[in-house]
Amino acid sequence: MNPEESLKFSYYPGCSVATTAAESNHSLMQVCRLLGLDLQELEDWNCCGSSSAYSVDPELGFNLSARNLSLAPGDRPLLVMCPRCLHHLRHTHLEMQQDPRKRRAQERRWGRPISPDLEIVHFLEALIRFGLDRLKKGAARNLNGLKFVPYYGCTLFRPPALRRQKYYQAEVENILTALGGVAVTRTYNQRCCGSFLSAVKPELVTSLVNDIIGSAVAAGADCLVTTCAMCQLNLEVRCTAAKRLPIFHFSEILALALGAKDCQGWFIRHLVNPRPLLKDRGLLGPPRLGQVP
Amino acid sequence: MNSQPMPAKTTEVINISELDHHFATEVDRRSQADLKRCYQCRTCGNGCPFVEAMDYPPYGVIRLVQFGMRQKALECATIWVCVSCHTCSSQCPNSIDIAAIMDTLRSMALEERAVIGNKEILAFHLEVLHSIERYGRTHKLGIMLRHKLLTGQWFKDVDVGLRMLTKRKLDLVASKVRAMDEINRLFLPYWRVKPR
Repeated sequence: MNPEESLKFSYYPGCSVATTAAESNHSLMQVCRLLGLDLQELEDWNCCGSSSAYSVDPELGFNLSARNLSLAPGDRPLLVMCPRCLHHLRHTHLEMQQDPRKRRAQERRWGRPISPDLEIVHFLEALIRFGLDRLKKGAARNLNGLKFVPYYGCTLFRPPALRRQKYYQAEVENILTALGGVAVTRTYNQRCCGSFLSAVKPELVTSLVNDIIGSAVAAGADCLVTTCAMCQLNLEVRCTAAKRLPIFHFSEILALALGAKDCQGWFIRHLVNPRPLLKDRGLLGPPRLGQVP
Repeated sequence: MNSQPMPAKTTEVINISELDHHFATEVDRRSQADLKRCYQCRTCGNGCPFVEAMDYPPYGVIRLVQFGMRQKALECATIWVCVSCHTCSSQCPNSIDIAAIMDTLRSMALEERAVIGNKEILAFHLEVLHSIERYGRTHKLGIMLRHKLLTGQWFKDVDVGLRMLTKRKLDLVASKVRAMDEINRLFLPYWRVKPR
């Protein structure tokens, strides 16, 4: 693939990233603008079905995901931010790849073609294609030894139905360490955050979240960096531990290192205020020259 | 780590004539999980973050299926508590897709109108689906309010809701798919959809 082509993506935000975690969406847009990645949001996308559709009616979930795939142009990869949406869209696409009859049925249903070769990638994959060296060159400031836990949660690696697909383990550490951060990995960084049980069984999720944050505190971390908007929210709202840590979306920290100007607007939306930590590390305000990693 | 619920010593008699000998095959076919490979090593129960809230640990549910104890398997709370985080299957020495078994059992429980093992969790899922049916996307504030209305727990979690509102994390107006006719079709049998 020629390098120009690899920088164009269609983009599926998903419900959480588009609303509750709008700061994650805004910071992603900033990252793409600063790196020159061309993102085109899917026209009129719908919910991927979330955990709920797949829990009570898997066929409905399949159809919802297939509609999204029918909206994606076949000539560029589809970029997805939310690990759950990524999982559902990929799984649906894989099923249609393995059984062309299912794909043709969906094409007839929506009256639009679905490319069997469509690539569905996570944002981390876009960064790998962009290249770590180029990313480092584009950095506006050093993360000054910010000690972060790369918190992946459960869905980005594990789904057994996708075990032959591409995974991105350790990419968050690779990227943020190159930009001057220090990864703290001996924590519960792949333990499930509790997912939708946060709404129904908050006491159960609180004990999980406290374990996760507690392990990060014990390991001496300053903050957690997540790749999942739902994890970010659960880790913030369900933590009752005395010592809380700021929870960043991965795209926020990346945008910060790349010199995005509107970070303050995102950080205001956090329930655990990350500004004192960033101020302490000299990461707020315009980047000073000579600080590049 | 979590403590597993120890199965209480029981003198319950399993009546062989009441067992459903086709159940395991049926669940296996639908879930594609190859559950015959389970030899009850109990690793899944050790790793599961949610095992405390379950009535049977994951391997217990697999055992119920293997034995053909259809009603117990379909009516247990475990299948609803599972969030498909796949911790169990990543640790399973025989790489059985345990979450897929739970998915299948949930679908079967609904199809057969079995007694639901955790009604509150199902009610939440139905609220999410209601939102998707209405807007094509999920509207968090609407889901939370309706869930509270239906479960009557108005004062549970008010602080969390208010904090999210003040941080503008809960949009008042739902974002909606424009081609709602395409979404509506998914919620109706084809013969109920208005012809063009």
